[in-house]
This record gives sequence, structure tokens and C-alpha cells, in this order.
Amino acid sequence: MTSIPLPIFVAIPLVMAFLLPVFGKKGKSVATLLANLATVSLLALAVASIGQSGVYEIGKWSIPLGINLVLDGLSSLLLLAISVVSTAAMLFSARYMEQYTAKSKYLSLFMLMVAGMNGVVLSGDIFNLFVFLEIASIASYALVGFGCEHEELEASFKYMVMGSIGSIFVLFAVALVYGNTGSLNMAYISKAIQSSGLNAGLAFALALFITGFGLKAALVPFHAWLPDAHPSAPAPISAMLSGVLIKALGVYALARVVFNVFGISISIGWLLIVLGILSMVAGAFLAIGQWDFKRLLAYSSISQLGYVILGIGLGGLIIARGGNLAWASLAILGGLFHLINHAVYKSLLFLTSGSIEMSTGTRQMKQMGGLAEKMPVTRATCTVASASIVGIPPFSGFWSKLILVIAAIQAGFYWIAATIVFVSLCTLIMYLKVQRYVFLGELPENLQQTKENKNSMLVAMVFLACLCVLMGLLLVPSLRSHILDPAVKVLTDGLEYSANIIKITSM
Amino acid sequence: MKGMTIIVKTISSWVKVLIFLFGIYIILFGHLTPGGGFAGGVILASSYVLLMLAFGREFVEENLPLPVASKLDCLGAFLFALIAILGLVIGGSFFVNFLYQKYLPGEALSLISAGTIPLSNIAIGLKVGASLFMVVLVLSIFRPGVSGNEKE
Amino acid sequence: MLYALCFLLFMIGLYCAVVKKNMVKIVIGIMVMEYAVNLFLIMLGYRIGGIAPIIDKGQLESGTDQITAGFLSSSVDPLPQALVLTAIVISLGSLALMISICIRTYERYGTFDITQIRRLKG
Repeated sequence: MTSIPLPIFVAIPLVMAFLLPVFGKKGKSVATLLANLATVSLLALAVASIGQSGVYEIGKWSIPLGINLVLDGLSSLLLLAISVVSTAAMLFSARYMEQYTAKSKYLSLFMLMVAGMNGVVLSGDIFNLFVFLEIASIASYALVGFGCEHEELEASFKYMVMGSIGSIFVLFAVALVYGNTGSLNMAYISKAIQSSGLNAGLAFALALFITGFGLKAALVPFHAWLPDAHPSAPAPISAMLSGVLIKALGVYALARVVFNVFGISISIGWLLIVLGILSMVAGAFLAIGQWDFKRLLAYSSISQLGYVILGIGLGGLIIARGGNLAWASLAILGGLFHLINHAVYKSLLFLTSGSIEMSTGTRQMKQMGGLAEKMPVTRATCTVASASIVGIPPFSGFWSKLILVIAAIQAGFYWIAATIVFVSLCTLIMYLKVQRYVFLGELPENLQQTKENKNSMLVAMVFLACLCVLMGLLLVPSLRSHILDPAVKVLTDGLEYSANIIKITSM
Repeated sequence: MKGMTIIVKTISSWVKVLIFLFGIYIILFGHLTPGGGFAGGVILASSYVLLMLAFGREFVEENLPLPVASKLDCLGAFLFALIAILGLVIGGSFFVNFLYQKYLPGEALSLISAGTIPLSNIAIGLKVGASLFMVVLVLSIFRPGVSGNEKE
Repeated sequence: MLYALCFLLFMIGLYCAVVKKNMVKIVIGIMVMEYAVNLFLIMLGYRIGGIAPIIDKGQLESGTDQITAGFLSSSVDPLPQALVLTAIVISLGSLALMISICIRTYERYGTFDITQIRRLKG
């Protein structure tokens, strides 16, 4: 049983979100300081909650009457990722958001988004999941269009329409599940589905869940909003969106519902594998031809998220077929490790692109060049992140891709392993393109005056770059058993989640 | 935005008070009859919208300016968070109905009963009323070719 | 069957949100979809011949056991009503944001037609 009261992860950002608009224009520095304190305290709490697990009942109403919050291995892994990325993004935006007006409203919307994501990750009740999903989504729709220029509004409208349709699908699925099982608590729904099996209504609800969460996670048939929304947002918001929002709202919710509530089956496993491969290949091909720096990074996000879904789907398929549990654990470990790796280095890449945009004023790679000697720290961190995402040995990205390839070969799917290696080669091509056009080459005339950025932005970028290097150490067995293995165990246990929750709360 | 004719102005200034009172009634009796915080807050906001339609936007903006509405909004949310955190401090878990057990039992089905629920209703009604009023006020500032400050 | 009609309303809203070219019509389509889902959620809790789940003072004298038995046998399910209240509040917030983005876009581009608001390509 954990000693941290779990609602504090949601309460701190929510109270901050309502406190910050009071400051207005005169108290901007105080507001920024308070917001940074909030994210650092969330990081401290998330680190303190590693390895603990528990169920917290709100208002002392016991389940199934009341709402509960559940902390298990997967939740604590994602809480750690969310708090790391939000600390870095908030530190970066202290200086970056001086270009925009209404900074206190930006800070309060950012805090709302963090509160929503923490709530999604901790929730143990399926309607509570939907409410926090909506809080985080609506805050992110407003943040994408924050600058109110032409392109940002268009991107925000597109994102909002597709995101709203996804959320309505999720609500419809929750209604169908309630009608068929009579409960809203995930543990009780799982128990009811195990005893009664899937009828037509529940199968339709599962399809709607996959569609709705797939729209939030930007899997390939549903990805059309991401290449417009992520470039148009301000740089720290792009880092948050691409780094944690599509993972906490999309991949985590999908994994929780499919593995722990409905139970994985062979057809769902194959569906996830197909979606993962489509995302990987389509994202990589579309990214190579881009000339806008942030748009290339956005397509690369789609491709890397395909790796995560592929790993999880492969693990699920092996479990559903009754194969060797060690290979399934390895596949899921690769997928989840890639998830947190990608959170760190993609947000670092977006932060470096924001720093470049702030210095040079442009995002088109054809207009840049030779920035290596003008902006050395940005160049170094961008190189670290690019090497990590491509998969060069001492950095963290190599280990997660290696684990995925080994798991695919052990399970006998040689063509999946070949696809992973091929897409890694495509990723190498696109990041070599970035390095060549942005940093090497000649400095154009109008960029002779560019200087390096201010210290607070550099500290955030260096922090994330150090994490990129150190995350490879997470595979050392003592660290792995604390952080990664509990998360993998939650997904491989699958339907025992409900038995565990009911046992804990009835004690 | 200009107002309407004198008949509309006279009648609406009487009716506005009744609508406001009705909104307060729905909020306060939220634990006994249907309604509660959100519905009462919407009615409160709509009384101000009626005033805005009848008298014009500038009149209402002098009466309840935008920064004051924003502070009321934050105050409402704070009260709600305060009730939740007091539940943690006094009762032992978030959102526990701490008034019901110890301090104010009251009889069933009278106005002072059910612990912290009427207080939560008041906080939510204040917040929703202020928010919806701000939304309508800000949306009425926009004109083609004029750029306002920010959204929502 | 009433659930099929609800689903038909959902499909009408989805068609409107996907096919139409005016931004405001797309927003209306999304709102119709949300109303359809709220309606579906309330209809799930309905019991034919049921009463509203409210106790008034006249019933209070008969004692709590009688009230509970009466509720269990004849009232509609109050839980979907609470869920729908939350969902209506969420859709209100979402609608306010969508409308304000439509107004801002009209200021910048001068049109509501989404085929002409296409600066982001590729």
C-alpha cells in the first residue's frame, strides 16, 4: 500500500491552474516561478512513487460504489515520463513564451493539461478516464492554436474536430460497456466480461475503443491531424504533445483497456501489429521528403509510435497464442522502454527546434545552414538526440530497438524484424538530412547575427540530453526490476488486474 | 453593441432579478431537488446575458468587468479545491463528507443537511456562472477585422 | 427499437461532420453526435413505468427500509443521469472553444469554407 495520497498528482496542477490567472500581466515572473515549482514537486513525487503500488478510494466510498485511483507499475512508469518532460518543457517555456502575450493563461492551460494526463494515468474507473482524457484534450486544443496566426488556427481546428470525434467514440464505447456489464469500475467490468464472454455489444465497444484511442494516439489511418498540429504549436507544447500526450492518452489507455479490461485475443494482437507496421512505414516514408523541420519531426513521431504499438501487439499475440511467456515479456519490455525513450528524445528534438526557431526565425531547412559554430550547445544536444533516435550504440534508443528485434526473431516473425531494421535505416536518412541542412553547410547571409540562446533554455535541453545518455542504464538488472519490470508485469498479467484490485480493496 | 427599445429594457430589468433569484434557489436546494451547481450556474449566467442583449455590451461590462469575473471564476474553483483538501485534512481521504459526520448532521431532507454537498454546489455555481458570462462577453467583442485579446 | 434510432442520429451527425464544407456545419455535426451519445446513455438507465429517483418528505415517515425497497423496485437508474450531466458540461466547454476558433479563423481568412483554408500542405 502506498503512503502518498494519490489525488495529489492531480490536485497540485489543478490548484496551480486556477491560481495562475490571478497574476495577470504584472506578476508574470512570480507566476512562472510558481509553475516551475509545481512541476519540480511533481517530479519529486513521481520519483518517490517508483516501486510502490496501491489503490486509493476517494471519499472513503468502497468500490464498486465509489471512484478509485490505482497506482501500479505501468502508471508509475508513465507518471515518471510525464513529470520529466513537463519539467523540462516548463523550464524551457520560461524564456521562450516571452514572445507571446497572455503568458499566465498559457501557464494555467499547461497545468490543466498535466493534471488531465496524470488523471488518465492514475484512474481506475472508466468514466473517470474519459473525463480526464477530455480535460487534457481540450487544454491541448487551446494550446495548439495559442499564437492565433493563420496556420495555427487552421491546425487547431483540424486537431479539434478529429480529437472531438475520437472522444465521442470513447464515450459511446463507455456507454455500451455500462449497458452490458452494469458497472463502471475497471476491475468489476473485467470480472463481468470474464464470466460472460464477449457479446455483440461488447465487441462493438472494443472496436470503438480502439478507434477512439487510435485517433488520440495518431495511428496510421487516423493520423491526419498530427503533421499539422505539432509544427504549429509553440515549441514546448510540441514537446509535450509529441512526447507524452499521444502516449498517455493514446497508447496507455489502449493498453489498459485491451489488456486489463477486455483481455487480449489473437485477432486484436494481429490488429495491433498491423497498425504498428503501417504507422512505422508510412511515417518514415512521409518524413523523408519534408523540408519543414518540425513537420519532419512530427512524421517521425508517427513512425516511432508504430514501434511501441508493434512491441505491445507482438507481446499480446504471443500471450494469446499461449506461447513462451519470456518472449512476450521481452516484446512488451521493448515496446514500453521505447515509449519512455521516445518521450525523452523527441521532446528534446522539439525543444532544439524551438531554440533554432527563436534564434533564426524560420523553420524551413532550406533557409538554414552552418549553425554549428553559432549555436554549439543546441548543436550538441540535437546530435545526441538524433543519434539516440536512430539507434547508435551507447545511447538509449539502440537498446530498445535491439530488444524489439530480438523478441521478433525469437518469436519466429522474421519479416517483422526485417521491417524494424529497414525503418531504422529510413530514420537514419531523415536525421542525416536534418544534420546536413541545419548545422553543416554554409551560413546564409541573413543569419550571420544569430547567437546562442539564454541559459534557462539551455539547462532544460542539457538535462534531457543527459537523460538520453543515462537511460540506457535502465536495463541494468537492479534498476530494471524497480522501474520497467513492474510495468511489463501489469500487461502480461492481463486479466489478473481485476482480481488484484478486488483483493486489495476488500482487505 | 447597442440595446433594444424602452419596453424591452424596462421588462428585462425586472425579470433579470427574478432569474438571478431562481438561479440561487436551484443552487442552494441542489441536494434536494434536481439541478445543483451546474444548472444553477447556467441560469445565473443567462440572467446577465439577458441584460447584455437588452442594454448593450458596454453597460454590462461596466457593471461586472472582465477581470472581476475572472477573479470570481478562480475563487469558485479555489473553494471547491479547498473543500476537497479539507476533506483530506479532517476526514482522512479526499472529498470525504466531513461535515456530515461530525459537525452539522441536521435532519434528512431539510436545507441544512448532507454535509459538504451544498457548499460544493455553491462553489460550482459561482464558477460556472462566472465562466459562462466571460465566454459570452468575450465572444461578443469579436468583429471581422478587429482583433481581440485572447480566447475563452 | 429506440437504440437503433439513437444510433441513426449518431450516424447523421458523423456524416455531417465528415462531408460538409462549412466550418460551422462541421461544428453542428459534432454537437449532434454528442447529443446522440448523451441520449443513448440516458436511455440505458430507463425502466418502463419507473419513477424519478427523488425522495420527498411525505415518504420519509415510512422508514428507510420501505424507501429502499420502493426504489429498487420501481425507480430509473440514477447513475447514467450523473454521467450525462458531466458529459454535457464537457461538450459545452468544447463547443465554446470550437466556436471561438471559428470566429478567429473567419477574421484571418475571411471565409468559413474549409477547402479554401489550406495553407498547411504536404
